[in-house]
Amino acid sequence: MNSPVMTRAYLIEARDVAKSFGQTPALRGATVAVSQGEILAVMGPSGSGKSTLLHCLAGIFSPDRGEVWFDGQRLDTVGEAARTKLRRTAFGFVFQFGQLVPELTAADNVALPLLLNRVSRRTAYRTAGTWLDRLGIPDKGSNRTGELSGGEAQRVAVARALALGPKVIFADEPTGSLDSLTGEKVMDLLTGLAREAGTTVVIVTHDARVAAYADRVVMVRDGLVSADLGTIGAQVAAAKAVR
Amino acid sequence: MSVPLTLLGLLEREPSHGYDLKRDYDTYFGRGKQLPFGQVYATLGRLSRDGMVTAGDAEPGDGPDRKRYAITEAGRDEVDTWLAEPVEPEPHLQTLLFAKVTLALMLGKPAAAYLDMQRAAHIRRMQELTEVRRTGTLVDVLLADHALFHLEADLRWIDLTSARLAELAALLKFPAGKNQPARGEK
Repeated sequence: MNSPVMTRAYLIEARDVAKSFGQTPALRGATVAVSQGEILAVMGPSGSGKSTLLHCLAGIFSPDRGEVWFDGQRLDTVGEAARTKLRRTAFGFVFQFGQLVPELTAADNVALPLLLNRVSRRTAYRTAGTWLDRLGIPDKGSNRTGELSGGEAQRVAVARALALGPKVIFADEPTGSLDSLTGEKVMDLLTGLAREAGTTVVIVTHDARVAAYADRVVMVRDGLVSADLGTIGAQVAAAKAVR
Repeated sequence: MSVPLTLLGLLEREPSHGYDLKRDYDTYFGRGKQLPFGQVYATLGRLSRDGMVTAGDAEPGDGPDRKRYAITEAGRDEVDTWLAEPVEPEPHLQTLLFAKVTLALMLGKPAAAYLDMQRAAHIRRMQELTEVRRTGTLVDVLLADHALFHLEADLRWIDLTSARLAELAALLKFPAGKNQPARGEK
């Protein structure tokens, strides 16, 4: 087994991770590492395994083989209770749909994870207000999220992910249901505010325009991380500069 | 579209006459626009002068030029360097990329890896343009948007072509890199 010391350079890491659903392999030995404060985009066609990789990194799925490390500790071997705690305290999530409770207001949705972490009601709602303000929707706090536009709802989701002060935000197709302009606003806010806070972000997307917001881009194909586009891109640029 | 490098690439398969090169160029890369004979021979003359090809003695027979041209080691290096170097990520590069991918498959070179390199160059340019959008004026943003949409279209083509490489290789009928290409017309 690798020593935890080796993982210190990275905040989160998957090593040779395999995961199948029934007879269908989704990941076949994927390896990827993300540094503290880095924004990584994971690209790939439908069915390539990119979302499964994100779910393994976030401790939502347990891999069949391989290791997942977070902040110097094995994530795949700790118990479900510890993983749930990590997901509540250290990880924020932004998905394409459905992570908000439509019957609750925007402020309730943002405050909810804080309340679950035993933050006082007063502090939770004050924090929620601050984040809704930062996301440019200060007047939407009392609206039910089911009544909001897609772009507004996704801003609430980003506010909720960031309000907790997580170490990592996992975003799966965060702009998938939005038009181009609204999607770009959401990406501007998500990556801008995460950079300000020094939060690590892992974004899964099939959209190159979304991936271009990241510091580094990797491709997943047939269940493997097949190319580190950031690194290759840097090599290409360096080779050109020398010439 | 680089005519000299494409002709050089075609010569890497086997020594050929100018006529054969023109025919293959028109079949694979001409897209309805034929390469004039004059340009073929002028290009071969320059390639010969630069040490990229050698011209054999003229053979007896009809036609403007009966010389057989062969690629040199320097010419092979030139083709390798060209194929492996990503094209500057700009709109409307499909024709050049198409030529590179087709030649790479004909020559048994790693077309998929070249496409990955190109994808990387595109993503990197898109990252730079996204930064321009973040920090620039509205005019910068609109110009960057225009470039981003074109690059995105290129990337979709790259993705689709990556997925169709095996199909394209089969179409070119070059399983061992030695057979003659299928010719649509005489």
